[in-house]
Amino acid sequence: MKLPDENKLEKLKKRRQRIAFIILGTIGYSIVAILISILTFIIVKGISVISWDFLTSMPEEGMTKGGIFPAILGSFYLVTGSIIVAFPIGIMAAIYMNEYVKHGTAKKIIKQMTNNLAGVPSIVFGLFGMALFVNKLGFGDSIIAGSFTLGLLILPIIIRTTEEALKSVDDTFRQASIGLGASKWQTTKNVVLPIAFPKIITGMILSIGRVSGETAPILFTVAAYFLPRLPQSMFDQAMALPYHLYVLATSGTNISESRPMAYGTALVLVVIVLFTNLLANALRKYFSNKVKMN
Amino acid sequence: MIKLETINANVYYGASHALKNISMQLESNTVTALIGPSGCGKSTYLRLFNRMNDLIENIRIEGEILIDGKNIYQKGTNVDSLRKSTGMIFQKPNPFPKSIFENVAYGLRVNGISDAAFIQERVETSIQQVALWDEVKDKLKKSAFELSGGQQQRLCIARALAIQPSIILMDEPTSALDPISTSKIEELMYELKTKYTIVIVTHNMQQAARVSDKTAFFYLGELIEYSKTKELFTNPKIEKTQNYITGRFG
Repeated sequence: MKLPDENKLEKLKKRRQRIAFIILGTIGYSIVAILISILTFIIVKGISVISWDFLTSMPEEGMTKGGIFPAILGSFYLVTGSIIVAFPIGIMAAIYMNEYVKHGTAKKIIKQMTNNLAGVPSIVFGLFGMALFVNKLGFGDSIIAGSFTLGLLILPIIIRTTEEALKSVDDTFRQASIGLGASKWQTTKNVVLPIAFPKIITGMILSIGRVSGETAPILFTVAAYFLPRLPQSMFDQAMALPYHLYVLATSGTNISESRPMAYGTALVLVVIVLFTNLLANALRKYFSNKVKMN
Repeated sequence: MIKLETINANVYYGASHALKNISMQLESNTVTALIGPSGCGKSTYLRLFNRMNDLIENIRIEGEILIDGKNIYQKGTNVDSLRKSTGMIFQKPNPFPKSIFENVAYGLRVNGISDAAFIQERVETSIQQVALWDEVKDKLKKSAFELSGGQQQRLCIARALAIQPSIILMDEPTSALDPISTSKIEELMYELKTKYTIVIVTHNMQQAARVSDKTAFFYLGELIEYSKTKELFTNPKIEKTQNYITGRFG
């Protein structure tokens, strides 16, 4: 058999390598390009309306003038409310799964259900929230109904990130504590949770990003088209950024005039989400330096 | 005096037979080294004495495991108080994410002791026992993570001593440490054995030879040879032991 010419073979290999590299590189960079163009688009279109007034005043003249303060405030209420609902439940569920029932049917069932919950479309959460919190429990369209609905939505995220955080705690910490005569609960409370804390916080912040952007779950449970005054209690309706954006873009009194306001709202929303993600990263770094594992 | 004893101890992880019929007596105020290649069962054997194996799923333990002549696997044994009488030291130094002081105080606090003066006294004595006091006395409130690896490991020993155990179980306590820190821990073991019964699992045969009074060689879940350290290393009775300590396998 004649061996192929070594020079030719080398050239061929190099050319193929270059082609593969170019294709993969192009795809990789085009993803960055897509993100940047979305951001640029929103910034360019929206930056003109951004002002202190825009952030702090009520909408005026059929939402073609004025600001989006009630929507920002409403989103803030909803984020806070849903965290208050989901955080304790999620953490406790994760502790139960990871620390108490290491294996076995109970864990499998909870885990499977959590995954299923994560896969439910958010509009279904909205419908469920309307049926249960708005109607059955009689909260009406309200911040509390919206917070519960969004809380259910992010529950799987919180359970999962908490579970990951707990799993990452080296088992010898548990053994050392139990070896000193501590109970499982003492061990979890005093040793495992403090070590896992940075990662748990990260999960919480990521879910803030998720909550602030969700529209479907708040559609039937809390969001108002327009409110002339700010919510007075948690049983009031509220405006919220994503829904406000939808209203401005599709069903305002004068869509073409409120278009810049829509882009401004989108910009605010995007900035909030990006900011929370950056904050999550920064906190994770900060804490992992502080609680240095060796 | 016999402090620890196992009679026909068998351990199964699911289908695998990890310890086979181990009968052995360990004397008080001695250092007993458990040596053997990875997976030989020496760590599993060590963990019989504080029932740390109980935390593993699908484990089955048979035979008698005795401390001071009492079977610790008998029904009605208070596992928490059993674990209080045994201190455990791990391969990697694992101080809790707490201050140096609170690390040592932890065992006292979880056992319901709240007398501040008593805790203060116990913490101080324990840290002195591991010869760490001069290095940390001015920074007891600082995080234990600020200590070096060797200091952390001594702190972990102090943490175990604080609850006044009579047995110290060490699972490769120096394998993550530098030579100087290692020799400090070894010196410490020499002093501690006057008060405690020490069992150490080690991969390092020089270490076993240096620190222990008796050595047990485990291989594939079986106890191959158990005798005075000097004898085992200079004049092993069994060929497998000979091969292992001369580095022919392992």
